[in-house]
Amino acid sequence: MRHLADGPYLADGLRLPTNGLDYTILAIYFAVVLGIGFAARASVRTSLDFFLSGRSLPAWVTGLAFVAANLGATEILGMAATGAQYGVAVVHWYWIGAIPAMVFLGLVMMPFYYGSKVRSVPEFLLQRFDRPAHLLSSVLFAFAAILIAGVNLYALSIVVEALLGWPQWVSIVVAGFFVLAYITIGGLSSAIYNEVLQFFVILAALIPLTVLGLKRVGGWDGLTGSLEKSHGSDFLSAWGGTGIGDANPLGANWLTIVLGLGFVLSFGYWTTNFAEVQRALSAKNLSAAKRTPLIAAFPKIFIVFVVMIPGLVAAVLVPKIGTAGSGLTYNDAIPLLMQELLPNGVLGIAVTGLLAAFMAGMAANVSSFNTVFTADIWAKYVVRDRDDTYYLRFGRIVTAVGVLASIGTAFLAASFSNIMGYLQTLFSFFNVPMFVVFIIGMFWKRASVKSGFWGLVAGTVAAMVNYFVIYKQGVIAIPTDQGANFVSAIVGFVAGAVVMVAVTLFTAPKPEAQLAGLVYGTRSPGMEEAPSEGDDAWYRRPALLGWGAVLLAAACYLPYSF
Amino acid sequence: MSELQREVSELEKKSATAARLFDIRRIIGGLFTVYGIIVTVAGLTASDADLEKAVGVNINLWTGLGMLALGLFFLIWLWLRPVAPPTPAPAPPAE
Repeated sequence: MRHLADGPYLADGLRLPTNGLDYTILAIYFAVVLGIGFAARASVRTSLDFFLSGRSLPAWVTGLAFVAANLGATEILGMAATGAQYGVAVVHWYWIGAIPAMVFLGLVMMPFYYGSKVRSVPEFLLQRFDRPAHLLSSVLFAFAAILIAGVNLYALSIVVEALLGWPQWVSIVVAGFFVLAYITIGGLSSAIYNEVLQFFVILAALIPLTVLGLKRVGGWDGLTGSLEKSHGSDFLSAWGGTGIGDANPLGANWLTIVLGLGFVLSFGYWTTNFAEVQRALSAKNLSAAKRTPLIAAFPKIFIVFVVMIPGLVAAVLVPKIGTAGSGLTYNDAIPLLMQELLPNGVLGIAVTGLLAAFMAGMAANVSSFNTVFTADIWAKYVVRDRDDTYYLRFGRIVTAVGVLASIGTAFLAASFSNIMGYLQTLFSFFNVPMFVVFIIGMFWKRASVKSGFWGLVAGTVAAMVNYFVIYKQGVIAIPTDQGANFVSAIVGFVAGAVVMVAVTLFTAPKPEAQLAGLVYGTRSPGMEEAPSEGDDAWYRRPALLGWGAVLLAAACYLPYSF
Repeated sequence: MSELQREVSELEKKSATAARLFDIRRIIGGLFTVYGIIVTVAGLTASDADLEKAVGVNINLWTGLGMLALGLFFLIWLWLRPVAPPTPAPAPPAE
């Protein structure tokens, strides 16, 4: 959800002193990745196995995959960069910009998603609204997934070139090949299992880095002491300087942070981005599906520390980081600490974790792309009503095509990186109205079948007009792109909602009988199944997990708010 | 029941994942045990330069032991609580 900071990805001169030990650790990982793919092959018999792991995985697996699918390397490097640039304010992307949305997905939306048995997010739109809404969201999602996968691959090649000295094309082709192999062979199960593994490896890399970084600058007190002197006290406060009208480096005030980031952007991403929701849909029953984002919320609350602290430490070690004088960009924060602090051995783990995170970020997009392209586009609009083995084979071919397209996108990004950044911004505006369409569609029975499509179009257009015309042309002054992004999200949300209500008033509602299990207050047939054994244990109660996560995130704000 | 529900229920019945997918705990346990041993040994044989770089902490030793503990945790969990075989469909009531 977070792009890397602007500017060149990594400075030269960050070459890591890797040796044979580090490469052994890396080679073992690549072998295991492929092994998982081959071992998962036996479990793929139907298209449902390939695209959704047969809806049969346990909650802790889907939960860790849910958080890992978001923990791609662009996210890790980008969030550390945000920490080095804006200071403690980076916690907003976690505690208000993720946790409430994840809990809402688990407690409120999952019964409709999982219970209606849809296989993808666009398929829900087809059930609740109509074919135009479905086709529009499927096509845009498919394009965006390939674009993001390609950008991930490109970012990987830049980082690997700087750190290990491999030419860019080598890492693009090698990483692309591994992702292609393990997803084509093992399907979503293989992608999810690799994400769970990546989750632990990246933590094994980031925790030692954080500990050593803190020790290097004299512990937390030493860190805050030096930053207070060099950057001022607002740098160490989550809300300092965010009063309306105050100037702060983020370019956003508390209202746009809460509404734009915390509500619209975050709910749009976490509750309607299929690359995330797919992990929950592959859970083995409704209880496990509800718990998927809730289990993910707890690591998400604490991951910010192992990302933000390296960013802050980098800001102490190189006070001018991010400016021309230092020779380092904000994105260099984590690679810089790896180079400065990690001896061979742990260094190999860190390199492995970073590469694994890049591949997982790409794989999450490829494994959701192949599902939407096969189940939503091909099987519904192009070649319909064939038997399941046809769609399973087609899914495998589309996976290969998707990876090749991402490789192509990565090479394009290498030549036209500005266009890529522009495209990413463009697609990000599509996520905004998705949430408003879902929320109104799920909670207002009257919302008509036609209102979904027009809500999507109006919200997207409004967000884009606000960003590209009103902000970029300077009609209204907003200090930063970041702040403008938050405001555009709010504008898109409101426009989508208004248009949906207006269209609904003039068009026919969907017959009540067809809304069963799709709208709040109705139930899917067959949803009354008894919880499976053990799911009634107190620590598995979704409400407890969900509210526990919200309270914990709120409590985490306390030390950084006064 | 809608057409979609029927179709997905059919596929769920034929699905092989629940019965044939291996347990990820074995892989996590195995990989982290191996990594833990490798990195712990690197810690036990750390040079002075390694220690100096890591601000005086034997980071390989501590990280290695941590990874080893995680790996063993998964293996023990797997050993204590193996996956229950999928429950067979309830037998038809005897006459």
